[in-house]
Amino acid sequence: MTTLSDPPSQSFQFSKLINDTRYRSYTFQFIALLCVIALMSYLGWNLVQNLRAAGLNISYGFLGSPAGYDINQRLIEYDSQSTHWRAAMVGVLNTLLVAFLGCITATVIGVFVGVLRLSKNWLVRKIMSLYVEIFRNVPVLIWILVIMAIFIAVLPQPRDFRGDDATASMLGGLFAFTGRGFYLPRPYFTAEWAAGGAGWLVVIGVLIASFFGSRKLSAWASKTQEATGVRPTTWYLTLGIWFVPLLIVLLAQGLHWEIPALAGFNFQGGIFARNSLIALWFALSIYTAAFIAENVRAGILAISKGQTEAAASLGLRPNRIMNLVILPQALRVIIPPLISQYLNLTKNSSLAIAVGYMDLTGTLGGITLNQTGRAIECVLLLMLFYLTISLAISAIMNAYNNAVKLKER
Amino acid sequence: MKKSVFLGALTVAGLAAAAAGAATLDDVKARGKLNCGVTTGLVGFAAPDANGQWDGFDVGVCRAIAAAVLGDPTAVEFVPTTGKTRFTALASGEIDVLARNTTWTFSRDTDLKFDFVGVNYYDGQGFMVPKALGVSSAKELDGATVCIQTGTTTELNLADFFRANNISYEPVPIETNAEAQPLYLEGACDVYTTDASGLAATRAAFETPADHIILPEIISKEPLGPLVRHGDNDWGDIVMWTLNALIAAEEYGVTSANVDELAAGTDNPEINRLLGTEGDLGPMVGLDNQWAMRAIKAGGNYGELFEKNIGESTPIGLARGLNAQWTDGGLLYSPPFR
Repeated sequence: MTTLSDPPSQSFQFSKLINDTRYRSYTFQFIALLCVIALMSYLGWNLVQNLRAAGLNISYGFLGSPAGYDINQRLIEYDSQSTHWRAAMVGVLNTLLVAFLGCITATVIGVFVGVLRLSKNWLVRKIMSLYVEIFRNVPVLIWILVIMAIFIAVLPQPRDFRGDDATASMLGGLFAFTGRGFYLPRPYFTAEWAAGGAGWLVVIGVLIASFFGSRKLSAWASKTQEATGVRPTTWYLTLGIWFVPLLIVLLAQGLHWEIPALAGFNFQGGIFARNSLIALWFALSIYTAAFIAENVRAGILAISKGQTEAAASLGLRPNRIMNLVILPQALRVIIPPLISQYLNLTKNSSLAIAVGYMDLTGTLGGITLNQTGRAIECVLLLMLFYLTISLAISAIMNAYNNAVKLKER
Repeated sequence: MKKSVFLGALTVAGLAAAAAGAATLDDVKARGKLNCGVTTGLVGFAAPDANGQWDGFDVGVCRAIAAAVLGDPTAVEFVPTTGKTRFTALASGEIDVLARNTTWTFSRDTDLKFDFVGVNYYDGQGFMVPKALGVSSAKELDGATVCIQTGTTTELNLADFFRANNISYEPVPIETNAEAQPLYLEGACDVYTTDASGLAATRAAFETPADHIILPEIISKEPLGPLVRHGDNDWGDIVMWTLNALIAAEEYGVTSANVDELAAGTDNPEINRLLGTEGDLGPMVGLDNQWAMRAIKAGGNYGELFEKNIGESTPIGLARGLNAQWTDGGLLYSPPFR
């Protein structure tokens, strides 16, 4: 006789949600989620109720109405009759501009200082640690204000360039460095078909082609090196690939320079880099660079000394050891905290109004908020913009991190 | 991020909750102090003196209200506000009244839910330039760099003025008057623009005021006055009638010097009602009958406040102009006390 015993039927019991370890954690997470949702909806409801009691409502209609104010630095077309939304866009672009420039210079300075902090030279090492300690231990707002104040006080103003007894003059007749900003010559094309942005698109296209050309050249050089053991000299070819096509294109399109000249109250013509942009950019760069330097130092110290010694025993010179062996490995340690520093720099750029730089906080969170009185709407939108920018930076940097991180196969 | 959204919502909810509370008068009495929003420092209008005591024309209004409500002109907590923070401070209940050269405009009165209770200074936006520039009219300012306080009606007027005259300019936005001064003096901007009274006050603080001129163009109407939150009309009435009492006192010749004497009773029924010896006006606004007498005694009537803080004998040197009594060809006109 055979006994056939079915497995006990898996009837569901509510007690399992608590007692069964397979479900318990889900139960508690679900309850926690409900609590968070309840709290959020209570706060939201409370906000709406209170706003209604105060006779206010949430409305984004103001974004379509004319802003009525002017903005000095604008990367897209804007005048006082443009909408609040466009003013916010001008602000977003200004924020992105200073964040982009700041991230680049902060990284360059930071890597430089971080490497030099580990120098064998006592003086260099101490100067670099002094820089790091001074800049990262004073609030960035103070650095912004100090640099702006020095900027304005030290450099001559346009009025000093005026008249026969002018106390200041333009550098080489081309550059004017004033307390209001730097006036630089502006290149432009005279050829008809290069009018508008077309000429610049061609230039960018040529540069991209040169980039791939030089990559190809370098690959060929490596291949030759592997085959013959001798790396061919390529630096003049590289220079040629970069500059010859560029020069041909520039000359073919009729390159001219517009030189700034004093006219009326200010210099006119040329490129105008405002004092607010330069001061903010410089302050954010050197402040964040101090933190990046520490990240770089930590990254380098995290690489075992054996790597340096092994590379040295292969006969590599110290700077090649740093560039070929240490830094590529150190990047894996450096990049994750570097992302945070980029995010910090971007968010710190919201202090721009201290020097009158019209970033997102200055336009949408400043003048628009004041003139329309729509504080809640503006602040929510502001948070959304910053969140988007920050997440975008994180995404790009994480992609880069994935590219350089240790590949486990 | 989740956390900051949460905290943000919490703050907003808190602000809104505070704003919904009514009966400011009771709050002030319970607190024993009036919270009065003023500028962060504009000589003549509101600025701390060498001893840290706030002094000025707008401060005088605050002290008069405190004297009327609490019986003590010193029972005021002065809250410095910038052009940006002032409305939030008032809407959130952080201050009871805002007396900070604030222009009475339609949208502020309606959309922002405030009540302007009157005008204590009729002003207009002007331009100040260094004499050395050789400019004599605002229309010659094509291409100039203009320093301007953000968060005020000033920047809208400026945009309108330059657009209407089809000339260009470079705006340099600045947070406070104090930050604007060094920028203007260093030459980082050619022109400084704000209300003409503010220009006069700023110029008075310069080392060599004579090197700067205020251009003749006045490009806007700027009626400046104290304001309160919309919805608490009892409190609004008190602030409004305290201001009116100061104006009426000048019209009737009641000064801080003779108010005690006149409070004993005169043969002018208007003065008697104002000072509480006749009629029962005080209880109608929830105060006693001597409220106006105390307000006038605190810093003097409107004319005294003007002369002491911003008048022609002070470094600011403003003429009465539009701010004279209606009997002298000005715009000041208090409704009757009866």
